[in-house]
Amino acid sequence: MKATLHIHSITRRSWRVSLKNISRLYLVLGSLLFATFITFVLQLWLGEYPIAPFDVLNTLLSRQVTDKNYHFVVMELRLPRAIVAWMVGMALGASGAIIQGLTRNPLASPDLTGVSAGASAGAVTMFVFFPGAPDVLLPLAAFGGGIFTAWLLYLFAWRNRSTAGSDSPLRLILIGIGLSAVLSAFTSFALTFSEIWNAQRAMIWLTGTVYATGWDDVNALFPWLVVGLPLTLLGARDLNVLNLGDNVAQGLGLPLHTVRAFLLLLAVALAGVTVTVAGIMGFVGLIAPHLARRLVGVMHEKLIPTSALMGGFLLILADLIGRTIRPPTEIPAGIVISIVGVPFFLYLLWKREKA
Amino acid sequence: MTNIVQTLNRLKPKTLHFLQIGAFPLTIAVLGLAVVVSITFGAVDIHPATVVDSIFAFDADNTQHLIIQTLRLPRALTAMLTGAALGVAGAIMQGLTRNPLADPGLLGIQAGAVLAVVSGVYLFHIDTLPVYALFAFMGGALTALAVYALGSLGRSGATPFKLSIAGAAITSFLSSLTTAILMFNQRSLEEVRFWLAGSVAGREMSLVLQAAPFLVGGLILALALGRQITTLSLGEDVARGLGQNVGRLKFLAAASIVLLAGSAVALAGPIGFVGLIIPHVVRMFVGVDYRWVLPYSAILGATFLILSDLAGRILVRPLEMPVGIMTAALGGPMFIYLARRKVK
Repeated sequence: MKATLHIHSITRRSWRVSLKNISRLYLVLGSLLFATFITFVLQLWLGEYPIAPFDVLNTLLSRQVTDKNYHFVVMELRLPRAIVAWMVGMALGASGAIIQGLTRNPLASPDLTGVSAGASAGAVTMFVFFPGAPDVLLPLAAFGGGIFTAWLLYLFAWRNRSTAGSDSPLRLILIGIGLSAVLSAFTSFALTFSEIWNAQRAMIWLTGTVYATGWDDVNALFPWLVVGLPLTLLGARDLNVLNLGDNVAQGLGLPLHTVRAFLLLLAVALAGVTVTVAGIMGFVGLIAPHLARRLVGVMHEKLIPTSALMGGFLLILADLIGRTIRPPTEIPAGIVISIVGVPFFLYLLWKREKA
Repeated sequence: MTNIVQTLNRLKPKTLHFLQIGAFPLTIAVLGLAVVVSITFGAVDIHPATVVDSIFAFDADNTQHLIIQTLRLPRALTAMLTGAALGVAGAIMQGLTRNPLADPGLLGIQAGAVLAVVSGVYLFHIDTLPVYALFAFMGGALTALAVYALGSLGRSGATPFKLSIAGAAITSFLSSLTTAILMFNQRSLEEVRFWLAGSVAGREMSLVLQAAPFLVGGLILALALGRQITTLSLGEDVARGLGQNVGRLKFLAAASIVLLAGSAVALAGPIGFVGLIIPHVVRMFVGVDYRWVLPYSAILGATFLILSDLAGRILVRPLEMPVGIMTAALGGPMFIYLARRKVK
């Protein structure tokens, strides 16, 4: 009881401390937004068809520009694509921060746990076997697939009878690898039934890219993010308490199961909706929370928004690199992120081993 | 499963030996049956007698004979050789590293081989299977070293967990690079795509014959190592105490793994999980002696891949599913089971 009270006071104190440090948070968030803005401008400016920043501005403001193509290139191709990349990155960054907090596992992320593969399988199932269904249902199907996978993950990785206290971080990732293998196989299986989905399109689903996304996709993401991202802040403080351990959290009167279920649904919903637009975008959900933690520390009410903005920035940057490294070839953003993300993941593994 | 193995180990050596020898004709018969079914089944159903005819009395004007000789037989042979190679490679990897999760696909060897071949096509315009194989060997060997080095980092050494995760990470990294290279160069995409999916379909007989020496060489080398690997699987100290040259054995075993996995990739592309599943199934029946585990892994691996390919053809008829997807669907659950139960 004494210990509980003590910890309770710690959490309250750190909440007060965090209030003191809040200006640092704003500084970080501001810098991230600024960096994102710069990347945004570059995204509209550069490409196979470069448009000078001034012309971009004029086009955005619907002023007269010399070239009639500008409007199409900026408003219909680059702007929605940049917005989609930003939104997808934000959703994944927030989702990754929640999943890492929830599993207390620094190696976890929506893609590494198989949740993204599950969402993809769900969306593809809907797409292939119920072709008449309205597009609004697609994110719901992805959500369902993600939740189903999370349930399997819970079943296999935690409810382990043979070894006590077995929520080993590495086991979780291994089970995720196994689940991803089965689910990707299922996705490929489903895709063989659909004729309109050629190999190229199937690859997009499996590698992650914002290529050829448009305003439709912005509209599809919008409601989920507008509802989902603010809700993450609601769960942030509970996540802090959860990280003190189940017993402590329960002692502090936290309804463990409700809180966990709420956070899990939120994380899966955010990751799931990105899959319907951009496929399985790996490693954003892993990297963003780690970078964010370096900047603002471990308190989730600061970590989650920072991680979201970081994810958005990273994904726009990755897409910019993939688009401009060797035009006219476009490297999917997911590939760019993986090439950077895997060494980062291995670094985390190494650091964990050293500790 | 553990119980079965334990029961087997408690069997009198004579009884176990009876099982080891007795199962041989049975598994060979099942493999033969699988080959025949694989050849007869397809868009055109062919009578088994015609299959025999096409081999011994080939008639170039007979459509069915042509189908068998140019499509079905190479396909069955590809599946057989690849399956045997992957099964044995997996068994040796599991014995060598004492890691129940070892598999040429999971530990990145296949991804490394694929990247090496794709880079070869892109940079040096290689276009024949023996050269593909050479690149595949180099890529596979380098990747194996890298994964082992990464998986051994830290105090706890090369635990199954760390090796598997390093393997998965490296696989994802190398596949990303492969995809990037393929996107840069449409020509290599065209040339490489036919085997990149991990499929045994559409291989010409000449390709199978070109890959066969490597595969068979790797198999012979592997089978010759059976006794030493059994000793090694008891632990390095034990093996050393029994007078074994552990360094040389490890080198030879690694060479056979690279030969087998590399040529399997050169022939059929990356096919996962065969090397994971088969040795575990084999050990259930013949115990832990690699003199028996290795040949049975070859036979069951071949049978498994032929049947997986067959299932991939039947399931979505008249379409086809690459066999790599079938093995992943079956291997994923096995992997999860092993990660839960066999790895501490």
